Amino acid sequence: METTIAGKNIAVNDEGYLTDLNQWSREVAEAIAQEEGIQLTDDHMPVIEYLQEQYKNEVPLSIRKVGKSGVVDIKGFYALFPGGPLKKASRIAGIPKPASCI
Amino acid sequence: MKNVVILGAGTAGTMMSNHLAKRLNDEWNITIVDQRRIHHYQPGYLFIPFGTYTEEDIVKPIEKFIPERANFIQKPILKVDKDNDRVYLEDGEVLNYDVLVIATGTDIAPEEIDGMQGPHWHQSVFDFYTLDGAVKLHRALENFDGGHLVVNIAEMPIKCPVAPLEFTFLADAYFEQRGIRDKVKISFVTPMDGAFTKPIASAHLGHLLEDKGINVVPNFNIMSVDGEAKKITDYEGQEVDYDLLVAIPTNKGADYVERSGFGDDLNFIPTDKATLQSKVKENIFVIGDATNIPASKAGSVAHFEGEILLENVLRFIDGKKLKDEFDGHANCFIETGHGKALLIDFNYNHQPVTGTFPFPGVGPLNLLKESRMNHMGKMAFKWIYWNMLITGRHIPFVSPTMSEAGKNLEEEINA
Ligand SMILES: Cc1cc2nc3c(=O)[nH]c(=O)nc-3n(C[C@H](O)[C@H](O)[C@H](O)COP(=O)(O)OP(=O)(O)OC[C@H]3O[C@@H](n4cnc5c(N)ncnc54)[C@H](O)[C@@H]3O)c2cc1C
Repeated sequence: METTIAGKNIAVNDEGYLTDLNQWSREVAEAIAQEEGIQLTDDHMPVIEYLQEQYKNEVPLSIRKVGKSGVVDIKGFYALFPGGPLKKASRIAGIPKPASCI
Repeated sequence: MKNVVILGAGTAGTMMSNHLAKRLNDEWNITIVDQRRIHHYQPGYLFIPFGTYTEEDIVKPIEKFIPERANFIQKPILKVDKDNDRVYLEDGEVLNYDVLVIATGTDIAPEEIDGMQGPHWHQSVFDFYTLDGAVKLHRALENFDGGHLVVNIAEMPIKCPVAPLEFTFLADAYFEQRGIRDKVKISFVTPMDGAFTKPIASAHLGHLLEDKGINVVPNFNIMSVDGEAKKITDYEGQEVDYDLLVAIPTNKGADYVERSGFGDDLNFIPTDKATLQSKVKENIFVIGDATNIPASKAGSVAHFEGEILLENVLRFIDGKKLKDEFDGHANCFIETGHGKALLIDFNYNHQPVTGTFPFPGVGPLNLLKESRMNHMGKMAFKWIYWNMLITGRHIPFVSPTMSEAGKNLEEEINA
């Protein structure tokens, strides 16, 4: 379905995750972050870029993997995206939430 | 003479040795290496804790399944020297290859989680992803008369991603059969946001957990195990107490991959998801759980990959363009207890949906729906595994790429 985020028509799924990363922009990210109760800062950006990069390379993500990335440690990741960092950060980054096959 | 060397004689390696033995001409030597002497039917691990299978039911000698023209070497692999096309074994033996097929799978790495492998390992903290763990867990379950059973997934990816859920369903049925279900609390603790994460599966199957009285703890990213206090803690400080912990620890590829300098941070090998050629070097191919491709790590996937990989090894030898046809096809039965099971059939592009399999509109198997017939399919898989899958035979009516016929794919539109 389509919804309006930051004044643009954006395709999202039932849970509000972008279905096309090409529609992502910093403004879209800021608007989604606000919905998640997060004020986006420059500190969030390297993490978001890392997640997008992994997604493009089809690497499955986990909290521990992000923690070993060298971009942010696990404590820092929770501090930037409190309450479910991978889920929230994925949504803000415009990529699907971490999932299993079923 | 030219050499193809296969690393690993589990599901995928054994299967490839049979495929290649049938198709390579006499110019080729086939060598296959494994540290083990015994082949394990790993899907059987699931049933050992509940006494449905014993150890003897699921093991056979590796050599029984290796074709005559292949040479089986039972030794641990030390490393691959990709620049010189050589494999070093731990005892110093060196194997030169023209083509290398890597099939060394994945194993649990409980040492990745703080405190998991302490004195409580295989006492009150168990796994069922190894034969040893499954056998010990069987004893522990027999002596379990009540309390909190916690099943925890550490992180993805894991092999057979549905096995933890199957274990949980089977535990519910097992305690019911023993007449003590009311004395056991069962919790499913997962880093994902639910036991089912795909919208269509959640919609059709979400009720199973509630029906069976299984407590789901979502978004739990395990940081440590305190074996003394019997509790697990996640990175946010959330705690879950247990009496018996069934852990699915981090899964990693083999250590020699790291020593060879070409794995990712979990020792999975960068591989082209459609051709199965490694991104390490063009004469190295990877199959089964050892790859980093975004397909499920399952025996059925290795089977579907096998037919395409065989074709690509032959094309590579002939200097032809590789076939980029692997679509991530997976086909998995999911035990739900009480003699029933589900079946899912999906690929890179389609999530599991409802329908009939393998014959559109007929079945006899149902997709994404509990049935006794599906359970019979699951139990028949053992025979198929030993007699068709690892011997590299085609399974009738099931193509390597996913068939869209008989599937209600319109369910995906809004999901
Ligand atoms: C509990 C459980 C339930 C499962 N249920 C199902 C199911 O219902 N359906 C399904 O399709 N799949 C199921 N699977 C998954 C399936 O068993 C695996 O995906 C499959 O076996 C992968 O095959 P593989 O050849 O890649 O790896 P494996 O079969 O694991 O083989 C790897 C081989 O490499 C060898 N090796 C590793 N490192 C070295 C080294 N350094 N030196 C020498 N040898 C080495 C190992 O000894 C092993 O024999 C299940 C798995 C588990 C654990």
